[in-house]
Amino acid sequence: MSGAREIVLLGPQRLKPTLSAALKQSKVKGSVAVVTAGWEEREGEDRELAEHVGMEIRNLSIYQRVEDIFERDGELFEAMRGRHNTMRKIQTYYRLQLAHALESARELLGRSDGESEFLDPARADAIRAVRQLDADHLKRITEVHAEFDAKWTPGDREHVAHHRNAIASEMSACQALCIAGGHVAILLNRMRLMDVIGLAPKVPIFAWSAGAMVLGERVVLFHDSPPQGAGDAEVLECGFGLCKDVVALPHASRRLRLEDKTRVELFARRFGPAKCIALDELSQVAYSNGALKPEVGTQCLTADGLLKELSAA
Amino acid sequence: MISAGDLRKSRDLNRAELESFARENEFPVIDGTEATFLFRGAADEVLMRHWIYGLSSTQAFERIDGTEFWTLTMDIPACSRVEYKLEIAEGDQRRLIRDPLNPHTAQDPYGANSVVQGAGYEVPDWVHPDNEARPGEIVDHIIGSEVFGEPRKFQVYLPARYRETRRYPLLVMHDGEDFVRFAGLKLVLDNLIHRQEIPPIVVALTQSPKRLDEYAANEKQGRFLVEELVPALEGKYALVGTPEARGLAGASFGAVTSLHTAWNHPGFFSSLLLQSGSFAFTDIGNEHDRGPLFDPIVKFVNAFREAPGKPVEKVCVTCGTYESLIYYNRSMVPLLERTGMDVRYIEARDGHNWDNWRDRMREALSWLFPGPLWMIYE
Repeated sequence: MSGAREIVLLGPQRLKPTLSAALKQSKVKGSVAVVTAGWEEREGEDRELAEHVGMEIRNLSIYQRVEDIFERDGELFEAMRGRHNTMRKIQTYYRLQLAHALESARELLGRSDGESEFLDPARADAIRAVRQLDADHLKRITEVHAEFDAKWTPGDREHVAHHRNAIASEMSACQALCIAGGHVAILLNRMRLMDVIGLAPKVPIFAWSAGAMVLGERVVLFHDSPPQGAGDAEVLECGFGLCKDVVALPHASRRLRLEDKTRVELFARRFGPAKCIALDELSQVAYSNGALKPEVGTQCLTADGLLKELSAA
Repeated sequence: MISAGDLRKSRDLNRAELESFARENEFPVIDGTEATFLFRGAADEVLMRHWIYGLSSTQAFERIDGTEFWTLTMDIPACSRVEYKLEIAEGDQRRLIRDPLNPHTAQDPYGANSVVQGAGYEVPDWVHPDNEARPGEIVDHIIGSEVFGEPRKFQVYLPARYRETRRYPLLVMHDGEDFVRFAGLKLVLDNLIHRQEIPPIVVALTQSPKRLDEYAANEKQGRFLVEELVPALEGKYALVGTPEARGLAGASFGAVTSLHTAWNHPGFFSSLLLQSGSFAFTDIGNEHDRGPLFDPIVKFVNAFREAPGKPVEKVCVTCGTYESLIYYNRSMVPLLERTGMDVRYIEARDGHNWDNWRDRMREALSWLFPGPLWMIYE
């Protein structure tokens, strides 16, 4: 799926929007399709976005379309709810294992009193254990999706097909696809059901916040200082896999303790060789054919525990 | 240059040194776990009046010989927060004032107190205005009440971006208007919702004109909430409208009435926030030494201790270490746990005051009403 399609990942757009400039930079003209399904019931409140973009936007209304499908196709709704429950249970047990594995990795990485001859291999083992948990989890989730798709073939169902056709028609008039942030699981699930990426095979994609997160191979949830719990980043799901070896981290400076070298190192080594990109305001990185072209100031987390310019990392 | 340590020895300090010291420092001076206070002015006696339970409620300042400076050093453990006033005696006159050299104050319905902040205490960042946080709205309401036989005013906090197309959880907050005025509740809610640490939530801010009666385990208050207020709110606003999405909160007597209501109407609410509850009880009989206002409370808490049932699913109890109520609150925790409810107990080195209740809000509310911060990336 990577092809030569241009994908531009942006920082959060609410206070310092850069989408319009990015579209101009990529010479996008005409209409753009937008996905605001992550905004849930506020999906249609896209006036500010339209004013900022300054060209015609066509909201694909993904959230609302899926609501309509759920209303009309009770069997599919129940099946999706069942899949959701299955995945939630898998996530619960993965999270439990992860908590112990991450605690041990953090303790080993944070130690300064050991001999590196012994400490370094122990650290590598601890990180390997976390990576293995992530990989096993992702494999299980992939299997759940495969089973679901084989059993229910959503694309063949009347109401899904109807809405997919409507989206394809909307997309055919658009020169780009913009994906906004919001609730990442809702965005991912609804885009997946509507096959938005498959229906927009060639156009450039501009995505920010949760929109950027779903384009990688895996969706990583993260927060280093939540009011409850240890703040263990976790793999939620497989993403659309358009951006290989990229983990998008919107609002990184607010959500992560970037001054904590242990946590930064663990994050970077856990997901390496993927680049863990801090998508703060004004950040921007273009992805095409596996290559990253970051704007100046866009940073990533590195294995030495520091935040560095993505271009230099 | 003199130090707080010199002040404590304080016999041979000259006026110029003292004036310079007073000018150059913020008071009290915190040095580890010791706080040194300074007062300058004409007085026959200077006392600190505080509300630390277990310590004598007044501590005497010592005059620095030959000057109008007075000083007091006392232990303030790390992360403590203590409210106090100075009592100045001059001739036959005694007056209570805020510490003129201390810029930290806290408001309450009776005015303001000075505040000493122990080493490590910081006002939480989520109580300050955040330009990025979208503000919610407070709406005035009035409801006719058959239970009370008169109309009652209350307010409703609506979260930013409130939409009729969504369904919101409901928290009923006793003394809610006071919580907004003295504990910055609106700002706290705006910020915690903005950070996704709690979900967008509707909060009913109730205020009783006779709280010492109506909140003192008075069944009318519970009936007012369950039979009148909550149904009216669920008719007017886009609320989930099921017990799982209903919470009840209060501090002091407000905590008593919250527990009392939940106990009398089990299963109507699913979560409780009880801050510094006035949960006075006795182990033999119902006689107590807390005055007649507590008569119905002691009876209720004694009955509750006998047969607590399981009024809600989750209960968060908070109390200040320096409160006289700490014994009752600590005693309630194992009892609540035995009921099968999910219990969170939070204790902090603070007193019976609004800043204490404010400072516990993040941990309490995000536990009772977990927000979607792991899922939302805007």
